[in-house]
Amino acid sequence: MITKAFFSRFDRLAFWFVIVMIAIAIFVPLSNLLLPTTSVFHVPTYLVALMGKYLCYAILAISLDLVWGYCGILSLGHGAFFALGGYAMGMYLMRQIGTRGVYSHPILPDFMVFLNWKELPWFWHGFDMFWFTAVMILLVPGLLAFTFGWFAFRSRVTGVYLSIITQAMTYALLLAFFRNDMGFGGNNGLTDFKEILGFNIQAQGTRAALFFLTALSLIIVFVISRWMVSTAYGKVLIAVRDAESRTRFLGYRVEHFKLLVFTVSAAMAGLAGALYVPQVGIINPSEFSPANSIEAVIWVAVGGRGTLVGAAIGAVAVNFLKSVFTTGALAPYWLFALGGLFVVVTLLLPRGILGAFNDLLAKIRNRKNESSGVSGKLQAAE
Amino acid sequence: MTNKESLVTQALLYLDGVSVSFDGYRAINNLSLYLAKGEMRAVIGPNGAGKTTMMDIVTGKTRPDTGDILFDSGRHDLTQLDETAIAELGIGRKFQKPTVFEMHSVADNILLALKGPRSPFASLFGWRNNVEREKIDAILETCGLAALRERPAGEISHGQKQWLEIGMLLAQDPAILLVDEPVAGMTDAETVQTADLLREINKTHSVVVVEHDMAFVKALDCKVTCLHEGSVLAEGTLDQVAGDQRVIEVYLGR
Repeated sequence: MITKAFFSRFDRLAFWFVIVMIAIAIFVPLSNLLLPTTSVFHVPTYLVALMGKYLCYAILAISLDLVWGYCGILSLGHGAFFALGGYAMGMYLMRQIGTRGVYSHPILPDFMVFLNWKELPWFWHGFDMFWFTAVMILLVPGLLAFTFGWFAFRSRVTGVYLSIITQAMTYALLLAFFRNDMGFGGNNGLTDFKEILGFNIQAQGTRAALFFLTALSLIIVFVISRWMVSTAYGKVLIAVRDAESRTRFLGYRVEHFKLLVFTVSAAMAGLAGALYVPQVGIINPSEFSPANSIEAVIWVAVGGRGTLVGAAIGAVAVNFLKSVFTTGALAPYWLFALGGLFVVVTLLLPRGILGAFNDLLAKIRNRKNESSGVSGKLQAAE
Repeated sequence: MTNKESLVTQALLYLDGVSVSFDGYRAINNLSLYLAKGEMRAVIGPNGAGKTTMMDIVTGKTRPDTGDILFDSGRHDLTQLDETAIAELGIGRKFQKPTVFEMHSVADNILLALKGPRSPFASLFGWRNNVEREKIDAILETCGLAALRERPAGEISHGQKQWLEIGMLLAQDPAILLVDEPVAGMTDAETVQTADLLREINKTHSVVVVEHDMAFVKALDCKVTCLHEGSVLAEGTLDQVAGDQRVIEVYLGR
């Protein structure tokens, strides 16, 4: 019955998004592994990793759109949840190195040996087990978001004030993770990973599998988000976004609604970070930098907030542009381009790429209606 | 004391000696007001008399400095509760400026207002996802919005938004409806319809209406309370209140 409810609410765009993602999830790894390198359809390994990275960003963007686009919580600290998920995965990967490290210590990661630590800090225990890590990837960001949200939403901190404290949160974490005595590798972070679940992390097959899992996660995250916003819960979120106090006077406990969506969203961001780390091979404190979180907001704004699909498209599009820009002679101008893009989108496409696309469709449909004699005035007035 | 007790037990809503100040300005000054179950009450008074502030206090938006606010024969002390809890007890409110969820369809506005469990989990999995169409249509029919069912609430006219908000109150099915200036910005015909609608609602609910439009208050045909500078100036039938020398001086005469 739940699946039936699922699909009755699934709109066409969401349906096609899932179909395309499934096709990508299957085609990219298979073509990389099976097709000869000479084939035009062959996807080279470096591209698999790059696209995998984009999809991680797309998951982050969807999680951000869920809180910002639907509930109006402009989080400028979602990068923190992403990074925490990444660190959880990084800790697992560090523990998998074993004696292959530079200092060949059977338990301690290299940086701890270097710092003359004699034993593993308590919070590193358990990360040698994948199941434990998997739980932590969702739990740690979720718990931070829950605690943070509990205080912020109960005190009715909203709007720009909330944005500022989310920014402060990620900045505080950035400073904390920079410190060597925090036990997370300080400035250098965690890197030199060898294997994941017993597979060589550099191997072509592992990379293809990681890509597949990332695409699959994106689909799952999308479907869960899509389902959430299509229920009465999602309608309440929009109500909170547009008229918070009205929602309270109807008898909804607004802070609980915000807390749930913020926590779920943080766990999704954590998952994105965890998938990101094995594909890029490193996690360091710079992932906490406020600029990262702001960039994620730009992806969502560019794609079209409150659409989920738009967020994913925005993340991939902006990061593709970034890759193009930062690999050539244009590299020094990337930040100008990003800033310019944000200005242009805000001024010309306030509802993002997807919003503009929908407007265009409506206009075309409208023109058809008019020519067939049906009054399209109402739609034109929108 | 026994007099007070009997007042408390008879009243659905009981305000006694309520005062509230904003930066030294006394918006409500020793206000006492009793509303019986099933009653309709019109509250009039000049600007700044504290009409809206009174509603803010009853619904938990503003906390009074002193005074008692009791609900349902004294069973609940409203000064200890927040907006959500008060709404859940059965006090619904319509704002002065019509406040509906503009991005939602007219029907969804009613859906969100419908009485029922309102926790996040109930909203994700609960009955609100499978509400029968008829339930919503019945309310839309009552407030004359059935034809606008699927329209986004942001696109309907000002008067229609007022009705939609009253419809949302109906869906909430509260014990008391607090209605703040329901006919502001309405045409004469709409005003008459609104009075009919409120009288219809009053058959099953208690209603407090704040309004400036005297023709509308007359059409409501109920007990009238005139506020001035945060306290009750006069109370009684419209003719009694309108004939009161002080009311004429501060309000009607000007």
